[in-house]
Amino acid sequence: MGSIRQFFRNPSAVAGLAILVAITLACLCSSWIVPYSPYDQNLQEKLLQPSALHFMGTDEFGRDVFVRILVGAKYSLTSGFVSVLLSLAGGLLIGIPAGYVGGALDKGLMVVCDIMLAFPGILMAMALAMVIGPGIYTPMITVGISSIPVFARLIRAQFLTLREAPFVEAMRAAGAGDLRIALKHILPNALGPILVQSTLRMGVAIVTAATLSFLGLGAQPPAPEWGTMLNSARTYFMTSAYLAMFPGLAITVSVIAINLVGDALRDHLDPKLRER
Amino acid sequence: MYILKKLALTILVLIGAATCSFLLLRMLPGDPAEALAGPQAALEDVETVRKSLDLDKPAARQYLTYMTSMARGDLGYSYRSHRLVVDEIKARWPATLKLSLASMLVAIFCGVPLGIHAAQKRGRLADTVSMVVSFVGVSMPSFWLGMILIVCFSVKFQLLPFSGDDELLNYVLPSLTLGLGVAANIARMTRASMLETLGQDYVRTARGKGLSEFRVVKLHALRNAAVPIVTIIGLQLGALLGGQVVTETLFVWPGLGRMIVDSLNARDYMVVQGGILVLAATFAILNLLTDLLCKALDPRIRL
Repeated sequence: MGSIRQFFRNPSAVAGLAILVAITLACLCSSWIVPYSPYDQNLQEKLLQPSALHFMGTDEFGRDVFVRILVGAKYSLTSGFVSVLLSLAGGLLIGIPAGYVGGALDKGLMVVCDIMLAFPGILMAMALAMVIGPGIYTPMITVGISSIPVFARLIRAQFLTLREAPFVEAMRAAGAGDLRIALKHILPNALGPILVQSTLRMGVAIVTAATLSFLGLGAQPPAPEWGTMLNSARTYFMTSAYLAMFPGLAITVSVIAINLVGDALRDHLDPKLRER
Repeated sequence: MYILKKLALTILVLIGAATCSFLLLRMLPGDPAEALAGPQAALEDVETVRKSLDLDKPAARQYLTYMTSMARGDLGYSYRSHRLVVDEIKARWPATLKLSLASMLVAIFCGVPLGIHAAQKRGRLADTVSMVVSFVGVSMPSFWLGMILIVCFSVKFQLLPFSGDDELLNYVLPSLTLGLGVAANIARMTRASMLETLGQDYVRTARGKGLSEFRVVKLHALRNAAVPIVTIIGLQLGALLGGQVVTETLFVWPGLGRMIVDSLNARDYMVVQGGILVLAATFAILNLLTDLLCKALDPRIRL
């Protein structure tokens, strides 16, 4: 457990985690922090510049932007988390058989992965969004599915090297079954890089999800999703540029926090990859 | 031999991509013929689409018809403009290509020198600053960077235009929007790769025999650090083609990306499918070229 203490000695890990905790708390307690509703319209106070009353100004319906940004964190953080869980599950299902069994199965599965990777991530997500239709779950599902091959390749590579390791041979000699070896012995040894990749992909997922919403394929107004808010802000470039600033800043700060944690995890768990 | 193997894989990827889009279109909610003919189609139009795509035949037959028409370059027609999808793509293609090239130039000419410089000044202020900047750069959504650029340069100071594509000035903001995020990624990889090579024995030898720092870094180290850099540039091309979609929407650019988004919103599915397939094919071919370039740079690489 000294290892965890060592991880928390890394300033970027602490900074990243602190930002994430702060965002989550602010999102959960938003109704106590700001005395406004994120949904109620007040057309008499529309498009007010940032001031002491409205810290980030008000939008075209007179809603306080600050409270909307605080509440909106739930969309981005959950879509980052859920989509990574989804791609991790898919990646394990493809990567373990491919890496552990190898041979023709491996070749076949990797061709499928290559085909999926041939679509640039956002295009794959858009094609899927076309089928699912817009909604708050669309970014989670589409981004999750489109990142499956990234995880599958990583997990396969881990299993491919680890299955030749002496401890696997020892287990096999002791008569352990394949499933037991793969799940109870190889998987725990492969967790480090998987955890690092999951964290870093969460940042990518948040950006892609916000991009889909920005294009009108994700959360729909009046949901205070950050990408959706940026899309609405485009109409008011000339007069209310602040509307285009704060949601983007929120996305960037969250992704920076996640990447700080991810980089620290990588330095900690995967020293071979340091500086990469 | 390697080339043949890679080429075969690329073709397989293309077939797979077409198959995926076949499956996706069949998964659309409702009757595919109605969906493809467009929301306001007359009954006869729906029947024409059904006949021409063999949608009334068994699935295997549909797939065969679909693949053979793809192979002939027949991507269907747009219900909105009543033009062939191929012609729509041909009209939009140059704008996307030009913007991609401009952004790639931005990305390479900002990213590579920044990474080299940071590696040379390792641990010093210049290194820290460039790595903080590129860290923020990789974390920032490109469309938000584009919005900031528009607000700063078009709205506040009115220096640069933010729509149109006929003049050179029109390229500045969109190509920065697309290119800078990619540049940040390239800078990080270049720095890492250069740090590795600068620590090698042959670099010390080159320094020891009195070569100028320029020759050591640019000719000896960079040449050997090039493979990971080229690989990441190739991978980033995918991000660039994807980013094209949102950048073109933001800057009202008449390219493939905006065509896809507009058609998606209008449920003009044949155009969406054609656009996505062409971008995926471009990406697959660029990947092939990247692999070949890496092999040319380092003959030890076996593809």
